[in-house]
Amino acid sequence: MAAKGQVQGQSQSQLQRLGQGPAIFDEMNGVDGVLRDGYHTLSRWLADAPPELLSNRKLEAEYFFRRIGITFNVYGDAEGTERIIPFDIVPRVLTMSEWDKLAKGLEQRVKALNAFIGDAYGERRIVKEGLVPEELILQNPAFQPAMTRIAPPGGIYVHIAGIDIVRVDPDTFYVLEDNARTPSGVSYMLENREAMMRLFPELFGKLKIAPVDNYTDNLLKTLKSVAPRGASSEPVVVLLTPGPFNSAYYEHSFLADKMGIELVEGRDLFVRGNVVFMRTTEGPKRVDVIYRRIDDEFIDPLAFNPTSMLGVPGLMSAYAAGNVTISNAIGTGVCDDKAIYSYMPEIVKFYLDEEPILHNVPTWRCREPDALRYVLDHLSELVVKEVNGSGGYGMLVGPHATKEQIATFRAKLIAHPEGFIAQPTLALSTVPCFVDSGMAPRHVDLRPYVLCGADGVRVVPGGLTRVALKEGSLVVNSSQGGGTKDTWVVEGDLAPQGDR
Amino acid sequence: MLSRTADSLYWLSRYIERAENLARILGVAERLATLPSAYAGASSEWESAIATAGCGPAFFNNYGQVTRANVIEFIVASDANSSSIRRCVETARTNARSVRTALTIEMWEIINGLWHEVQKFKLKNIDPSQLAKFLTVIQEASLRFDGAAYRTMLRTDHFRFQRIGMFLERSDNIARLMDVKYHVLLPEQEPVGGGLDYFQWSAILRAVGALTSYNWVYRDNVKPWLVADFMILRMEQPRSLISSYDNLNRQLDGLAEQYGRQGQAQRLARATFANLQNQNIDDLFQSGLHEFLTDFITENNALGAAVTDQYLL
Repeated sequence: MAAKGQVQGQSQSQLQRLGQGPAIFDEMNGVDGVLRDGYHTLSRWLADAPPELLSNRKLEAEYFFRRIGITFNVYGDAEGTERIIPFDIVPRVLTMSEWDKLAKGLEQRVKALNAFIGDAYGERRIVKEGLVPEELILQNPAFQPAMTRIAPPGGIYVHIAGIDIVRVDPDTFYVLEDNARTPSGVSYMLENREAMMRLFPELFGKLKIAPVDNYTDNLLKTLKSVAPRGASSEPVVVLLTPGPFNSAYYEHSFLADKMGIELVEGRDLFVRGNVVFMRTTEGPKRVDVIYRRIDDEFIDPLAFNPTSMLGVPGLMSAYAAGNVTISNAIGTGVCDDKAIYSYMPEIVKFYLDEEPILHNVPTWRCREPDALRYVLDHLSELVVKEVNGSGGYGMLVGPHATKEQIATFRAKLIAHPEGFIAQPTLALSTVPCFVDSGMAPRHVDLRPYVLCGADGVRVVPGGLTRVALKEGSLVVNSSQGGGTKDTWVVEGDLAPQGDR
Repeated sequence: MLSRTADSLYWLSRYIERAENLARILGVAERLATLPSAYAGASSEWESAIATAGCGPAFFNNYGQVTRANVIEFIVASDANSSSIRRCVETARTNARSVRTALTIEMWEIINGLWHEVQKFKLKNIDPSQLAKFLTVIQEASLRFDGAAYRTMLRTDHFRFQRIGMFLERSDNIARLMDVKYHVLLPEQEPVGGGLDYFQWSAILRAVGALTSYNWVYRDNVKPWLVADFMILRMEQPRSLISSYDNLNRQLDGLAEQYGRQGQAQRLARATFANLQNQNIDDLFQSGLHEFLTDFITENNALGAAVTDQYLL
């Protein structure tokens, strides 16, 4: 384990390079303007396309999304209750070899996450070995004591993970965070591809682009694979949504539709004799697997928040009796906390006895006094995040913050150092985007979706590329003005001989 | 299928059908109101529009006078009227959103597109040309929705609940339209008036888009008892009460077959249908059209309640 106060995951010298390197890596043009593999055909096509063509296709894309009703609701926005996420029509490309390495790393990471959660609710060997402080598990707000008595089928807790990845140079991908509760956004990955296939059929004819549309099929297989032992050979799977007013409701209905399963709300389900049923036109029907898109604390008013109208009374006792599988399991939040995140390299090594393929962003744990001192001295250079925050809220981006914001955060940090981690401001890679002023580089990240069932791990090639559409901005969250792009994993398309 | 899904499909279809009927009623009222009084008679078209829409009490809670502007505002866009066309479209879309998975893409696109289009209209003090456009948009969306459901839905319970909602609402609307106009649908023995009656009777046919088909079926002048016959008892007329009940019967039987059991809803629909089959228009006028229609509306409501009890809770 690294010495106290030292940054986790990377040496100081590497950190200097990554925090302060002046050149920003562009995934199409590199740092030196030399076209990179995977982008040759696309770049030529873009260069030949008249600007009106691109503007027209951009309009068509907007029309397409508006018409099929892909919208999201923005919290705290009174008038614009339904918006479409801005979509950029220039795809982001990864080569097959880049992807293969990423995919291996993702599989490894999700296996480790599952092993860790099982241990956290079991013997806590990793604590006994002195690798992870026990209070990070037991005092974690996402820790659910009930789970120490519940063993989910196959020992799998996280069936669907969204791992956020950023890139800083041709060879370095960092995991920014692990989303192991109810990661969202996969419908955008799928609909972005649909839109691109409609808008740019000529490019799909020229390039070999790995398909993503089997994601929902894989998801259904994964969910069925973890059905309780008592379920029939055709387990009944449902998707539990908080309802049409939830920001991700479109996605819930989209996924249920593609899987051909019922989209249920809490009031559609009831528990009798520790068995979950749904109310149908033909009377009660037994439910085996619940893909829930409701947070832990709302899922059962008898076990958690008693005022929740979204959940199903008695669901936890049916779960404890082993009569239903909840996916993701209850209490998976213990591992998508940013304090636990900083221990992921140790977690991978401990459970899998392998070197981590994907690296963490170097991270200061503010709970450690030396790290806190360093962070307080360098607030204007760092990104400070709440350990339990998500969606880009409760975060300080030092270089872009005002004096007041920094002062507010300093006070918060001193009051609750254990609630925060800090990371260097990464020079996130850029990808060209078609914005109002024409083509311009914008920062991106990537969220691949990893499925983990009793029958293995599945990752469709690609994921959701989120892009910070404001010039220079690093915040990609859709709730804060970010957009999305299609992500192409391309086979071939290397530089022609003699071209470089 | 989920009871909630069935419920949303059923109500979604009712609201679309209702919006279409309201649009037709307004279109006809607008047309009659522009006639010189010698042709249109003394009766207020706007009053009968309010009565037909079944929103009299709510209207008089909000407006003092029955004027063209007030009636149009109330039926087209009012927030105070939960069955205004705009609110119907909104409720339909809310239902559609909550059962997005039970609709085909085509059906969803029509509802969602209609909703977006309605947002674009400036509905406050709408001028006649805008109103005409608006009413056309509503009627066409309803036609397309019906067509999309018919052409794209699997013939399972989803489809049946969609149809049941549509036909129950249609029966209700047609019966009410007839009832409001019954005072001009005079018995055969009464002397038939001049041009005045023609415009009133043909207005009913126009309101259901059946003026041309009337001519084809009867090859006769527009006569009140024939109009009533056409709209109540003729199977050829797809908006007639008997035709709606023929469809309701089929769909309810389909459900009974799929689920392997039947109940009160099937029994009620069959009884009403048989009753319609055994009627002839002369007897019906003898025993009183108004009484008949009032009974029919009550039976139709009872069927709606039975469907809810049996399937939607």
